[in-house]
Amino acid sequence: MPTGLWAAQANGGVILAELLLRLEQLSCERDERPLFSGLDLSLHGGDLVQVLGPNGSGKTTLLRALAGVSEPARGRLFWRDEPMSRARWAYRQALLYIGHSPGVKAALTPLENLDWYRALSGGSQRDEGRAALAQVGLEGYEDIPCFQLSAGQLRRVALARLYLSTAPLWILDEPFTAIDQSGVAALEERLQAQAAAGGAVILTSHQEVRLPGLRRLNLRDYPPVDPFIDEAGEGDHVPTS
Amino acid sequence: MSRPHNSSSPGAFGATLRRDLLLSGRNPGDWVNPLVFFLIAITLIPLGVSPERELLALLAPGLLWVMALLATLLSLDGLFRSDFDDGALEQMLVSPQLLYFTVLAKVLAHWLVTGLPLTLLAPVLGVMLALPADGFVALCVSLLLGTATMSLVGAVGAALTVSLRRGGLLLSLIVMPLYVPVLIFGASAVSNAALGSAVGGQLAVLGVFSALALMLAPLAAAAALRICVDSY
Repeated sequence: MPTGLWAAQANGGVILAELLLRLEQLSCERDERPLFSGLDLSLHGGDLVQVLGPNGSGKTTLLRALAGVSEPARGRLFWRDEPMSRARWAYRQALLYIGHSPGVKAALTPLENLDWYRALSGGSQRDEGRAALAQVGLEGYEDIPCFQLSAGQLRRVALARLYLSTAPLWILDEPFTAIDQSGVAALEERLQAQAAAGGAVILTSHQEVRLPGLRRLNLRDYPPVDPFIDEAGEGDHVPTS
Repeated sequence: MSRPHNSSSPGAFGATLRRDLLLSGRNPGDWVNPLVFFLIAITLIPLGVSPERELLALLAPGLLWVMALLATLLSLDGLFRSDFDDGALEQMLVSPQLLYFTVLAKVLAHWLVTGLPLTLLAPVLGVMLALPADGFVALCVSLLLGTATMSLVGAVGAALTVSLRRGGLLLSLIVMPLYVPVLIFGASAVSNAALGSAVGGQLAVLGVFSALALMLAPLAAAAALRICVDSY
């Protein structure tokens, strides 16, 4: 672990958690169509944030912009109070992103998939892969090609990365999709452990997520404004939270 | 607090190379097709043109090179496509590794399963086309350098068309003009060698092409991948 600063520190009776990611007036669009605008958010260590909104409201687009897969249309991102353009490398090392497509190779076995991700993120021991797969209930499936697994099991292969990760920030797009009830409970437990260890999680889900301290961010509260009005300074609005 | 430094670990390069070779091993169709195309096309030439040794010996350098080029072109489309479809490409973009080396590992894997076998198969087909004995060394060396250049340059085209459902034709149109100089110098090296002239110049130019492609093509491909995934 590069730093111990993620852990929430008790300071004069007030719990101060480190500021990880800050979004300033973020606006995203897809195919020139504005989705939301003026999004402000501060993500501290220990935060769990669920992004809400109907289909097509820009949840995946937001997470892709946060992960650095795409560029937001407007607005700025800060990682530990440094502008993202300067903190890009530190940010990538501190990030675990599981996108809408799980990124699991069908021709490879779960263990081979995890080995590649482990090498790509530059971390942990080789035999930890088996333990992580056992954690997500894939014991006995380690060496079976992924195309023989069900949709839920494929998602679990991707989620096994959560048990290998030491990254302080997790960005998870629909992690509960196709996961059964006991799997959801185990996953919620893992997310809580991440928050307790001083990490932050931002996720989308259409299911009810039962986590203590979960903050909800509804993209409907940040309706797109006409960029021309916005530039003239007349489009200011106070987001309701 | 220790500052994470800009580094790309050799482990990640090796892991991506190993992964792509493993994937090629599990989907043999991807790399056997271009080889079979090369074999069939060259086999049909004596049947369709003329079985005369003199004529075939004259045509052999150009034919071998053109068919090797087309076979490479056939194999390019899938270079980034499956990673794009299953989300692995996004993971490469957000990983703390230089995309240059990840792309280079993928191109190297591609070359090892297409360019290298094509180069090894070419002398056998050269015998079939009655290529003069003096031409074989030049054929192997020129194809070794040429297929590497074509894999690297082709990666740029494959990256630019990765988000298009049917990018095959566009990919050929983008890449073909860039292949022309490689073809000209490659084929002329082999025909000069077959006539017993010096080929150092042509091979040196091919070497320059591959060195330039090695430096610049992964950069261009990486930038193209970022743009395509961003705008998708």
